[in-house]
Amino acid sequence: MNDEKTQEKTSKMDLNRRAMPHQPPMIRRNNFDEVALGYTEELARAEASRCLQCKKPRCVTGCPVEIDIPGFIACVKKGDFAAGIKKIKEKNCLPSVSGRVCPQESQCESKCILLNKGGEIAIGRIERFLADWEAKQGKVDLPKKAKPTGKKVAIVGSGPAGLTVAGDLILLGHEVTIFEALHKAGGVLIYGIPEFRLPKAIVARELDYLKSLGVKVYTDFVVGKTRSIDELLEEFDAIFVGTGAGLPWFMSIPGENLNGVYSANEYLTRMNLMKGYLAPRSATPVKKHVKVAVVGGGNVAMDSARTALRMGASESHIVYRRSHAELPARAEEAENAEEEGVIFDLLTLPLRYIGDENGWIKEIECIKMELGEPDASGRRTPVEKPGSNFRMPIDAVVVAIGNSPNPLVPATTPGLDTTKRGTLVADPETGKTTRGRVWAGGDIVTGAATVILAMGAGRKAARAMQEYLTTGKQ
Amino acid sequence: MKKVIERSMIVPNMHLLEIEAPEIATKVRPGQFVIVIPVEEGERIPLSIADYDTEKGTISIVFMEVGASTSALACLKAGDEVATCVGPLGNETTIPSSENVLLVGGCYGIGSLYPVAKELKKKGNRVSTLLEARSSYLIYWQNRFIPLSERIYTITRDGSLGTKGHISRLPDVINSMPEKPDRIIVNGCTYLMAHTSEITKELGIPVVVNLNPIMIDGTGMCGVCRVTVSGQTKFACVDGPEFDGHNIDWKEFLARRKAYMTEEALFFRKSDARFAHKEGKCAWHE
Repeated sequence: MNDEKTQEKTSKMDLNRRAMPHQPPMIRRNNFDEVALGYTEELARAEASRCLQCKKPRCVTGCPVEIDIPGFIACVKKGDFAAGIKKIKEKNCLPSVSGRVCPQESQCESKCILLNKGGEIAIGRIERFLADWEAKQGKVDLPKKAKPTGKKVAIVGSGPAGLTVAGDLILLGHEVTIFEALHKAGGVLIYGIPEFRLPKAIVARELDYLKSLGVKVYTDFVVGKTRSIDELLEEFDAIFVGTGAGLPWFMSIPGENLNGVYSANEYLTRMNLMKGYLAPRSATPVKKHVKVAVVGGGNVAMDSARTALRMGASESHIVYRRSHAELPARAEEAENAEEEGVIFDLLTLPLRYIGDENGWIKEIECIKMELGEPDASGRRTPVEKPGSNFRMPIDAVVVAIGNSPNPLVPATTPGLDTTKRGTLVADPETGKTTRGRVWAGGDIVTGAATVILAMGAGRKAARAMQEYLTTGKQ
Repeated sequence: MKKVIERSMIVPNMHLLEIEAPEIATKVRPGQFVIVIPVEEGERIPLSIADYDTEKGTISIVFMEVGASTSALACLKAGDEVATCVGPLGNETTIPSSENVLLVGGCYGIGSLYPVAKELKKKGNRVSTLLEARSSYLIYWQNRFIPLSERIYTITRDGSLGTKGHISRLPDVINSMPEKPDRIIVNGCTYLMAHTSEITKELGIPVVVNLNPIMIDGTGMCGVCRVTVSGQTKFACVDGPEFDGHNIDWKEFLARRKAYMTEEALFFRKSDARFAHKEGKCAWHE
């Protein structure tokens, strides 16, 4: 009796979110191993047991792919991890990825009723725990596939949107083929997000899972060049375009083409896809930089700044024109970067890059900013402070201010309409484009966004494509 | 993985590589390129396509051995495989009709001009060809150009064939032509293209170059291949590789081309190849 009481008391006292173990900042800034180590079974169950199992769970409304969150959390609480992962996989074929890179704090977790009490349930961490638990079991249960329909589906691009469509449609009995332009499948999960945030072995595992279900993957195949959408339409019944955000933006300021000025796409692709971080063991030539400035405040900027530290830079700066509160990066990523020693130069705008006699960057001229009136997006517009110009000596700049959609497919496909921003015109509910039998989703439709939004768009498109493949309606 | 049909050294340090790639061979147009990764986990290198056979389903590349990756390619034998060969990438060379065109080729560019010459001839243009090299023994494929060209000129540094000297002798060649060319198309190392552009500016002849910057993906994603053309930033992989040579910021382009010279040299010292591009010039211009 007494014991029980004590226990009850303890659990009442510990209402806080269970922290996830991390590599200590000063160690991890020197290696490319994953930063977050994940919950243990005990931590996962303890965290799950805090869930109130709301009758009308608000968390689910915050999830772009509508995972039964209280359902899988209840399974973890009971210790039935196999049932838990099965619940997630009903709605999400890439849980080990989304558990790591989803901005849960602005989605499911932001809706949790406990947000203002002892802290919201760490839904993402529990999801990640289940996915990793399943991987550790060695054998993954393959779900039952529907009878073959004889219909053929082509998926252009192997990023999160394309993989979701593939995962959904293969189970419905269709023949699914993915075409990828690069030499490795996975899209941004492979070329963009660094090893320390999303180990590539995990992406490979998810791809192997899809392949074991029968999905065919052709790498080194550039749709729009090797074959056009029109040519693919002759062979396939339906096509999904998930070609992502392609063309990196620059600011059109003087000196942007100096050596040592990289787009974030180049910098991260060189390090991740081309394994520059393993140099000199890898063949990719990599420059050793001492002081690196990353322009921008999103997740890609954080990834670049943290990669620079790991590549041996003695200083890595984030140069962002608004204040800390407006950083578009996930709170956890900005926090991780700060802990590792990334220096935040906020309310700072680069005006021009200054080079040396050999065409290499040596300085940035910046100006300080202050926040003015809110703009259309509701964020306060940064305004230049006259006369506050200063110079920052650096030897590399990574420009991480966003991307335009990749133009290859739109430019080579007649009848596939684009918006002024270059994104594909597509029905937000179905992903249907202006071309018959062609659907689209992810960054190619929305402009640069998140992995989970791309997966959500893939899910919707897959539903619409299934409708077309079975009824002929589009 | 793509199968190697043939690999041979055509002149010292210059290799011809024929690869089985039917999906590329049936699509490629003159002036386009492929990206090749010699071995797994290797570097992605852009290489111009020098020939293709739609029926056999093969493409051919002429490349110079300059660093670790091209050294690996130079070791391939028939039946071997390259890890990746993807394309055709970039836009095709603009082919005019009924023009008097002078082709200027040096280094690997002699190879990549060959499909351009064939297409020009097909479209009813009058083609003259100028081949440039350090010495006569480094000139290749003259026989392929003879049936396509009205005249063939050569400039060699040692004077062993044709005009003696550098590409700076180009005005002499042009003056010796029965009529001034309407346009010049030049393929080759950066030095050759930059100088041809410089020289022809004074002569008032339009010049088209086929740029060869550093690339990673070749599909417009990374932006490493950016080049300033008429004051605007262009991506050579999707906006080019063909540009008006007179509008290119060559100083910037050369600097960007040399960005990884030190690192390449470090790799290169480990390999047995004998020549390297220095200061943006190929070994033939040292």
